Amino acid sequence: MTEQHIIDELKTIIIPYTEEKSALENIGAHTDFIKDLKINSANLVDIVLDIEEKFNITIDNDSMAKMLTVKATIDVIENKLQANAG
Amino acid sequence: MEAKEIINKLPYGDAFLFVDDLLHIDENGVKGSYTYAQNLPFYEAHFKTAPVTPAVILTETMAQIGLVCLGLFLLGSYSDEQKISIAMTSNSVDFLRPVYPGETVIVTSEKRYFRFNKLSCRVKMETVSGELICKGTIEGMLISKPDE
Repeated sequence: MTEQHIIDELKTIIIPYTEEKSALENIGAHTDFIKDLKINSANLVDIVLDIEEKFNITIDNDSMAKMLTVKATIDVIENKLQANAG
Repeated sequence: MEAKEIINKLPYGDAFLFVDDLLHIDENGVKGSYTYAQNLPFYEAHFKTAPVTPAVILTETMAQIGLVCLGLFLLGSYSDEQKISIAMTSNSVDFLRPVYPGETVIVTSEKRYFRFNKLSCRVKMETVSGELICKGTIEGMLISKPDE
């Protein structure tokens, strides 16, 4: 799965949780969920649960704590996908 | 943890405590009751000529029993040594019937999920005879921090 593919999937997951439509439209590796997309910590949990379902992975507490930006989230998803494949 | 122990751990003062008793609690849910005393201060103003329990107070009652008491139970022994901070992060509630001064309500909450410190519950409030008053989903973050 390419990085762009993951970003596209993330964008679809995030739509219901943000009102910042232009920030979402221009989403990139450095987009910060809290600062740029104005997502609260409770909705961040929902996003992580949606990511688990979409990518069929299980995210642990330590990984969850890192998932504050798109880049960090892609890293976690890629790691978990690789662990599943290996 | 026993019901009395949980109620004692609630962070609310008497003027904003809307839990009298917990009838049942386990890891999947909780059932509790509260009686709105005739002399609660908001009845003078809500409304000027016809006292009715404000919907926000009904929501708060559902949150205190259904979310906070259950959350304290789920955090269990952690909460003995650690400070817990609790915040309601969202609620979506449908109201079917008013609650008048002096009425007793029964709140039943079922856990939807508790992950990454977020507790999401399906909660309903009924009269003692089982008539539905309101129902919905209430969610919050429960975070235990080491004592400073």
